[in-house]
Amino acid sequence: MHGSGEQFPPGDGAEELPESRAPHRVIGTPPPARARTLLEAPPQEDRRPERWLPAEPSNLDQAKRAERLVAALFILSMLASIGFVAAYVGLEVHSVVATQRSNLALGVSMSVAFGALAVGVVIWVRYLMPKVELTEERKPLASSPKDRAEFDKDFTEGAEASGFVKRPLLRRTLIAASVPLAVAPLVILRDLGPLPGTSLRHTVWRKGLRLLVFGPNTPLRPADFAIPGQMITVVPDGYQDNLDALAKAATIIIKFGPGQLRPPTVMNWTVDGIVAYSKICTHVGCPVALYEQTTHNILCPCHQSTFDATRGAKVIFGPAARPLPQLPLGTDAEGFLVATSDYHEPVGPSFWERG
Amino acid sequence: MSGIKRPRRQRAGRYTVLMLGLAATGLVYAAVTGAGGAASAATPGGPSPADIAQGKAIFADTCSSCHGMNAQGTAAGPSLMGVGAAAVDFQMSTGRMPGKDFDAEMPRKPVTFTTEQIHQVAAYISFLGGGPAIPSAAMVDPAGADLALGQQLFITNCAQCHNFAGAGGALTYGKYAPALTHSTPTQIYEAMLTGPEAMPVFSDTTVTPAQKRDIIAHITTVRAEPNPGGFSLGRVGPVTEGLVAFLGGIAFLVFVAIWITMKRREA
Repeated sequence: MHGSGEQFPPGDGAEELPESRAPHRVIGTPPPARARTLLEAPPQEDRRPERWLPAEPSNLDQAKRAERLVAALFILSMLASIGFVAAYVGLEVHSVVATQRSNLALGVSMSVAFGALAVGVVIWVRYLMPKVELTEERKPLASSPKDRAEFDKDFTEGAEASGFVKRPLLRRTLIAASVPLAVAPLVILRDLGPLPGTSLRHTVWRKGLRLLVFGPNTPLRPADFAIPGQMITVVPDGYQDNLDALAKAATIIIKFGPGQLRPPTVMNWTVDGIVAYSKICTHVGCPVALYEQTTHNILCPCHQSTFDATRGAKVIFGPAARPLPQLPLGTDAEGFLVATSDYHEPVGPSFWERG
Repeated sequence: MSGIKRPRRQRAGRYTVLMLGLAATGLVYAAVTGAGGAASAATPGGPSPADIAQGKAIFADTCSSCHGMNAQGTAAGPSLMGVGAAAVDFQMSTGRMPGKDFDAEMPRKPVTFTTEQIHQVAAYISFLGGGPAIPSAAMVDPAGADLALGQQLFITNCAQCHNFAGAGGALTYGKYAPALTHSTPTQIYEAMLTGPEAMPVFSDTTVTPAQKRDIIAHITTVRAEPNPGGFSLGRVGPVTEGLVAFLGGIAFLVFVAIWITMKRREA
């Protein structure tokens, strides 16, 4: 940097390279005539440069070949278009296979029609049209002073003629008419509600609801789920077809051998080593059920949050901030697994008021 | 990793077992071919003592270095007490056992034993500790199964690891859920029943044999679906399709645009 400063002392550079840099300008003085501005350009006569276009392409043989190729492509495009119409009219579409065949024919013919046209045009441009550089000056954006004065006059005349200023009754009723119209969308937006209230804090689980294996919807006894390493998705009895309810109530149960479960797992909420956790990840709510029976990790497939199923589904890796909520389990009079209450904390991802 | 250690044993005993095994093999073969070749050879009627002896010989030669001479387990391999014939058949018929390199997960590889030998080892392990049996051909036949229920069970309990089309997926610490593209119906059934490696167990009391058949039917139906466009792209869904369209398609369009606007030298 220092060396270049010595080679080009300040002041000299501007004189040596007048074209590449804007001249220095004192603030407040009018811009020099050469300044590039889009507004207020002085009226100037049409000073377009003379255009010179070569009459013939430089390589006549190549041009001849290109011309024939382009013509062939255009004819191909024409035939494909005719083929498209023929396929549309002629091909049967009353069965799946026939519709597939028709779609294939229509798609291919239309692709060829457009594709051949496009390729032909590109070859035309590249091999037949002259290749010279042309410069076109930008025109000023501002309208001419005459046009602007005329518009000004028209606008004032129109305002006068409408009587918008002179007739306050019309003006006020017009404003009164437009205000409710502007507010109407707000009323429509109201239907995005109502606010969720406390619904995010509860699921449909409650005391005495049986756990059903999702799918066959069969209840389970602890003896049916007796092999350590077992895992299955369960849903609350009576809500197996209610997807809104299942979005929060989906639960997995896992069977552990004696002594495998450790705090902070709530032992009172387990039955014979069977523990139930929410299937909704506490990060962004993906279904989290990649249970590895060797490591007892529960992995979320979306963002790799990993929970330790032996220790109350505590987070051991990944972006989730809280353990999976544990569902209190018990058995009913017939010996089937039931919930003994709802989840004691909100399931799923964080929300604003959760605290 | 060290190679498989050959246990020192008495030669005479070994030859006796081998001769007994060969004799038993011949007898079983004769019986089966005489009966017109049943689909599952070793299961009907239960294994003979000769099968068990032959299985014990194979086990001692190829399995005992890790699992112990009496399948009691060692530091290198788990105990096989109670894993059952189904677990042995799954591990050996998929080539996972005998294991060669002990990584995060045993990969599927070419099978080293005949079905008959595998069934003999399975009979021996079953004889030692009981456990789930190899399912019969009728139990895993997907014909007539409830595809809708199979799909619901698969999506709820299998798809999170094995992917919705059975393409497999990653687990923690280098483990992975393998693709189900080559699994036979019997192997799928055995995997659900026994929970190999990190996979949870889906016992018959939780997912009944009929429901397991539904799941098998779903897997075999989905993987037989044709691939639109001729490429499966791993069947992992719109992400790969979008990526291929983006990388391939956009790159192609960029080159076309460059070619169209390229300046040609005027001679």
